[in-house]
Amino acid sequence: MQRYSIFSLARNALSGHRNWPQAWRSPVPRQEYDVIIIGGGGHGLATAYYLAAEHGVTNVAVLEKGWIGGGNTGRNTSIIRSNYLWDESAAIYEKSLKLYENLTSVLNFNIMLSQRGVMNLAHNEHDLKEMSRRVRAIRGNGVDSEILTPAQIKQLVPALNTSKSRRYPILGASLQRRGGIARHDAVAWGYARGADAFGVDIIQNCDVIGIRRKGGKVSEVETTSGAIKAKKVGVAVAGHASVLAEMAGFRLPVDSHPLQAMVSEPLKPILDCVVMSNTVHVYVSQSDKGELVIGAGIDAFNSYAQRGSWRVIESQMSALVELFPIFSRVRLMRTWGGIVDICPDASPILSKTPVEGLYFNCGWGTGGFKATPGSGWAFAHTIAKDEPHPINSPFSLDRFISGALINEHGAAAVAH
Amino acid sequence: MLLIQCPYCGPRDESEFDYGGEADIVRPKNPEKLSDAEWADYVFFRTNTKGRFKERWVHTHGCGRWFKIVRNTTTHEHGDVTVFGGVEPEAE
Repeated sequence: MQRYSIFSLARNALSGHRNWPQAWRSPVPRQEYDVIIIGGGGHGLATAYYLAAEHGVTNVAVLEKGWIGGGNTGRNTSIIRSNYLWDESAAIYEKSLKLYENLTSVLNFNIMLSQRGVMNLAHNEHDLKEMSRRVRAIRGNGVDSEILTPAQIKQLVPALNTSKSRRYPILGASLQRRGGIARHDAVAWGYARGADAFGVDIIQNCDVIGIRRKGGKVSEVETTSGAIKAKKVGVAVAGHASVLAEMAGFRLPVDSHPLQAMVSEPLKPILDCVVMSNTVHVYVSQSDKGELVIGAGIDAFNSYAQRGSWRVIESQMSALVELFPIFSRVRLMRTWGGIVDICPDASPILSKTPVEGLYFNCGWGTGGFKATPGSGWAFAHTIAKDEPHPINSPFSLDRFISGALINEHGAAAVAH
Repeated sequence: MLLIQCPYCGPRDESEFDYGGEADIVRPKNPEKLSDAEWADYVFFRTNTKGRFKERWVHTHGCGRWFKIVRNTTTHEHGDVTVFGGVEPEAE
């Protein structure tokens, strides 16, 4: 792997940037691997990277049905935070944030992490009380979080309408200063390049059509490029988790829904913080290109179609204009959807399964991007050791049978 | 935006409806005799079909009645509208 640096940049500039090596290979799949990861999004690539980097497992293939990072990794609003209520969530999301903080230098790939702060607004008495409880719980877990007054909010985000005469006045906010955004494509590409350097095969345009088992143990993955033997198989496919589970003969406690996101036309710098509101339900940040990046909740119905309804866009636009009247004449440039898999408790599944040697990483719902490094790190441990790390053992599939749910519905403020 | 065939009111905009999820999940007759795994299967585990999917809707801002449709979760096309209790709505 050629390291990227100011010197390699200068050297390649002399030859007109025509001689940069490929960041990762496009190999023909081998007959057999120690581990096959299904899904070449951020989570799958991070898993492959940590399998090689932390556990020395390098005979690994990542199978991706399209191109890497082309699913939810490239479709989210790229928000990173770890201000979750429950201890179990705080542990895994904070692990993730800590990995993010060093990821650019560890991967030698600029993920453009911008810790510009994530602000969650409170609009009524209940919001204020809930926020106070949440901030105390978060701080108790050693995660940074603070409460802001309306005057402090106005100072940080002057474009917000903090007038008391609004229908949903802004009475306070919580702020995680270490939260922010990163370049989502770069996270996928950085992990891909890092994994490839360890010898991991990244195989794109390779759709999985079957998971073969022998005596209750996973044996082979059937793909559009032929069957590939594997000792262990890790599945990290987000919205299609149920489809993969069906191939392996079991069901999951998830439903797949469209989640839409959108960007406005580019504007001059106006918003240097991520602003979220649960009550009016929208979240917004401004990208480095100047676009407002906007998202909110899922479409209610089950779908695999990567598109949602106009009314969901309309409702978050009205929420945005309620918060920022100045944005009322901004035009949207693009909208799109991704398919998210939602668990009944809005927490993920990072777990062994009823099939030996088969592991599932799914159910991240609307908030998977922020968890990418921590999820891959914990999933790699689960696959390599055949048992979960203490950080992801609460997120087992068994919790739906034992009843030890981790209810993050609403507890983590807004959707992600 | 979906155009949903209410069996009582005809085709209406999705915004008039609320979603009820997967249809025909029957509450077990003897919950006390089930294992935790069987109970979890009823409460939490879903088929989450990719393709033709039978689901429930309620016409909240219309007749207020529940019904079932079969909708394709990849194309959003739907047909096969079923009413509960087998009572067909009267023809206009």
